[in-house]
Amino acid sequence: MNNSQMPEEQPKVHIRTAAESDLAAITTFDERSNKDANPRYWQEMFARYGDDKSKQLFLVCEAGTEIVGFIIGEVRDWEFGSQPCGWVFALGVRPDIRLSGIATQMYSAMCDFFKQAGATTVRTMLARQDIESHSFFRSQGMMAGPYVQLEKEL
Amino acid sequence: MKLQQATLLGLYAVLELAKAEGGQRSAGDIADKFDVSINHLAKVLRILVKAGLLQAVRGAGGGYRFTGNAKRTTLMDVIELFEPVSIEGFEHRDSPHHSDVEAGLAVALTEISEMMQATLRSITIRTMLKLMEKDTGP
Repeated sequence: MNNSQMPEEQPKVHIRTAAESDLAAITTFDERSNKDANPRYWQEMFARYGDDKSKQLFLVCEAGTEIVGFIIGEVRDWEFGSQPCGWVFALGVRPDIRLSGIATQMYSAMCDFFKQAGATTVRTMLARQDIESHSFFRSQGMMAGPYVQLEKEL
Repeated sequence: MKLQQATLLGLYAVLELAKAEGGQRSAGDIADKFDVSINHLAKVLRILVKAGLLQAVRGAGGGYRFTGNAKRTTLMDVIELFEPVSIEGFEHRDSPHHSDVEAGLAVALTEISEMMQATLRSITIRTMLKLMEKDTGP
C-alpha cells in the first residue's frame, strides 16, 4: 500500500481548556520552547490566555493521560478596520503523532469557539519558511487574505 | 513567471490521477480531457513515473495511477521536475548587482519570489483536491 492510500490513524483524544499543569508537557514538544529553552514563554501565554475568557481560548489535546497538542486563539474586534475575526496564533502537535488529525480537531474546536463569539473569519500569520504549518492551514481551506503583513527593522 | 507547457501537463496529470484515488487512467484519456498531444503528454508522464509520483500499469486496460503521498507532495515538487521556479530575468537580492537600480529592483522581486515559493511549497496535492471539490461540488 502506498502512502497516499494509507488510512489516517485517528487516535482517541480529548480536547479541553488548558491548565497550568499542562505547560511542562507543552514545553517538551513545542519547537519554539525547545529552540529557545524558554518555559517562561509558556507561563506568560498561560497567564494571558489560560483563563476561559469570552474572546480568548487556550486548548490542549489529551491522548490518554498525555498532552499531545495545543492551540491558542482569540477574537479580535475591528483590527485595522476588519470585522471581528478569529486569530489562531499558536498551534502545535507532538512530532511523533503528526498527520493523524489532531491539529484538525483542535483547529475545528477553535473555529467553533470563534463562531460562537461572533467571528465569521479565521486568520493566522506564519513565517514564510514554516512550510509544515503553512501546509496545515492551507489544508483547512485557508488562503491568502486581503491584508498583507509589513515590517521594518528599527 | 510563466509555466512551461510540460509543467502544466505535469500538474494536470498528477491532479487528474490523484483525484482517481488509486484508480488508473490511460494517457489517451488524460490527453483528450485537456486537449493536448498524447506524444507530449507521454514524455511528461515518464518524468512523473521516474520521480515516483505515478506508476505505469502495463497490459490491456493499462494506464497510470498516482502513487505519491498526496499529503506531502506539493505543487512545487511537481513544478520543479520540469523547470526552476523563478521570475524571469530576476536576480536574488543577495547576488552581486551592477547598479543601485538593479539592487533596488532585486529587493522587490526577491519578496515576490519568496512569496511565490512559499505558496507553491505549502499547497499539497490533497489540498488541491479539496479546492477542486469545493469549486466543482461533489
